Amino acid sequence: MSTASARASGRRTRRRPEDVAGLGKAGAGTFMTPALALIGLFLIFPALWTIYLGMTDYRLTGLAAADPSFVGVENYTQILADPEFWNSLRLTLIFVLVSGVLGQTLLGFSVAWSLRRLPRWAKGIVETLVLAAWVVPTSVGSFLWLALLDRRDGTLNWLLDTPGMAWLIEYPMASIIIFNIWVGTAFSMLLFSSALGAVPPSQMESARMAGSSTWQQLRDVVIPNIRGHILTNTLLITLWTFNTFTPYLLTAGGPNGASEILPVYIYRTAIPGGQLGVGAAISLLMLLINLVIALVYMRIGRGRKA
Amino acid sequence: MTAQTAKPLRPAAAPGRTVKKFLVRILFVIAMVVIGFFFALPLAWLVTAPFNSTPSLTVSWPDWTLDNFSVLAENPYALTSIGNSLMLGLGTIAVVVTTGSLAAYALSRVRIPGRDGLLYGLLLLSSVVTGTAAMVPLFQLMVTTGLINTQTGVILALSGGVLPTVIFILKDFMDSIPKSYEESARLYGAKPHQILMHVVVPIARPGLAFVAVWALVQVWGNFLLPFILLRSPESQPAAVIMYTFYTESGQADLSLISAFSLVFSIPVILLYFLVNRRYGFRFHGGIKS
Repeated sequence: MSTASARASGRRTRRRPEDVAGLGKAGAGTFMTPALALIGLFLIFPALWTIYLGMTDYRLTGLAAADPSFVGVENYTQILADPEFWNSLRLTLIFVLVSGVLGQTLLGFSVAWSLRRLPRWAKGIVETLVLAAWVVPTSVGSFLWLALLDRRDGTLNWLLDTPGMAWLIEYPMASIIIFNIWVGTAFSMLLFSSALGAVPPSQMESARMAGSSTWQQLRDVVIPNIRGHILTNTLLITLWTFNTFTPYLLTAGGPNGASEILPVYIYRTAIPGGQLGVGAAISLLMLLINLVIALVYMRIGRGRKA
Repeated sequence: MTAQTAKPLRPAAAPGRTVKKFLVRILFVIAMVVIGFFFALPLAWLVTAPFNSTPSLTVSWPDWTLDNFSVLAENPYALTSIGNSLMLGLGTIAVVVTTGSLAAYALSRVRIPGRDGLLYGLLLLSSVVTGTAAMVPLFQLMVTTGLINTQTGVILALSGGVLPTVIFILKDFMDSIPKSYEESARLYGAKPHQILMHVVVPIARPGLAFVAVWALVQVWGNFLLPFILLRSPESQPAAVIMYTFYTESGQADLSLISAFSLVFSIPVILLYFLVNRRYGFRFHGGIKS
């Protein structure tokens, strides 16, 4: 992007070589104002406002709703002393690690790797199924899993011959983890499919001629070639899994907070719980974690382009 | 497969190796079937239950009927909610396509100091400030401005969230438009907004269509923002209404839910495969986040 414009300005000596429409800086500013106003109001303002809200005792109802007062770091000391918060953070880490980093990445890679060896029709079927799970609206997807895991009539109990097994109550974390793998694997599959397509066939061929096993080919040829994609995938998946609210539709954080990942914890604290100030304080922690993940991602993305 | 059989350098495989290869092949097929089954099993209900005269939660071969869809038509909230989803989707498209293309055009054509930094900063921000992390301030913002429980509020909040990506994608499209078109239009005395409307927009139409579809898919499945910001069932979109269908009523009406799920899913599935065929979805992390 910047290199192209630099080249253009080098060739031509006009003052604003790019401004062919005669917009001018003022015009450009006018054109950008509506979009920037929306972004400012609904992205930048909420991010900054969270900092302030997190330091008030703002509540949904009652006295503190009309006139919230400044409480400083009180919310944070309250959160950090709350075992529910630590439980939620622990569950979130497990959720992100197992369903996102391990589950979606590994399954997505395996599917992408296997697809190359499948005949066209089988490839079409597998790809469509994985993509369909991703494309279906999340409300529908989660109901499909509620039906599958239902205690009385669920298909899974019927298949496994375990009548009356309440999967969502007995194994809430495992349920939302597997559900999230089901929902999100398509992205890793797409990303790794295109990455594998870009691995030089000559390298693969010579590795095969040298008699290396599949595992050796993966380790010595494929992984070094797609390292950048693995990083991109891991960081994006981490960010998305960390922020997903969808497990709420399956277990609503229950039973007894056993599947209460951070987004659900914030929601339950802030909206039904009415403690908007405390909710904002947890949100800020979450924003900071997001920021770290996104910065690492941007840094790698830029490094790769240069 | 062809590459595996062509191995002129290798001596004839020992029988042990052939057996091993055969076993590996069988394991591979089994693994693929299991994976296919894993993804298909939940989806099977979506395609069978709507056509079953007495749908249960168990997946079973339907006895083909369309009665469930008339149950859907009779429910007071079902069709309204799909209408609401459509309204949220089209509203967001209108907002992001107009404001986004204006901004993308300006960014593409005028050398603004720190432009690339601005773009990256915005993209960074849109992935950091997610609906889950910003739900409290957004909720409060809507309450204070009186936009709580209005479609407008949801449309604006959703637009703010997708705009950075929209601008980023559109700027790419605008960059590829030859500047000579605009130069000649300008020679004939066209004003910037005329150039935009009569020269740039017609050429950038595929980009605008892509962005519109992308935004619609983002909005169509979004649950959290409308769930927090819309309280009355008359104004809730399908994603939220569906959740109330199976939680608030103790006995879920499976005729309704099954037909509803299918009708609600079909637009995005069709759009997805249509756009995927046209442009390929290897774009900015795909269609869904």
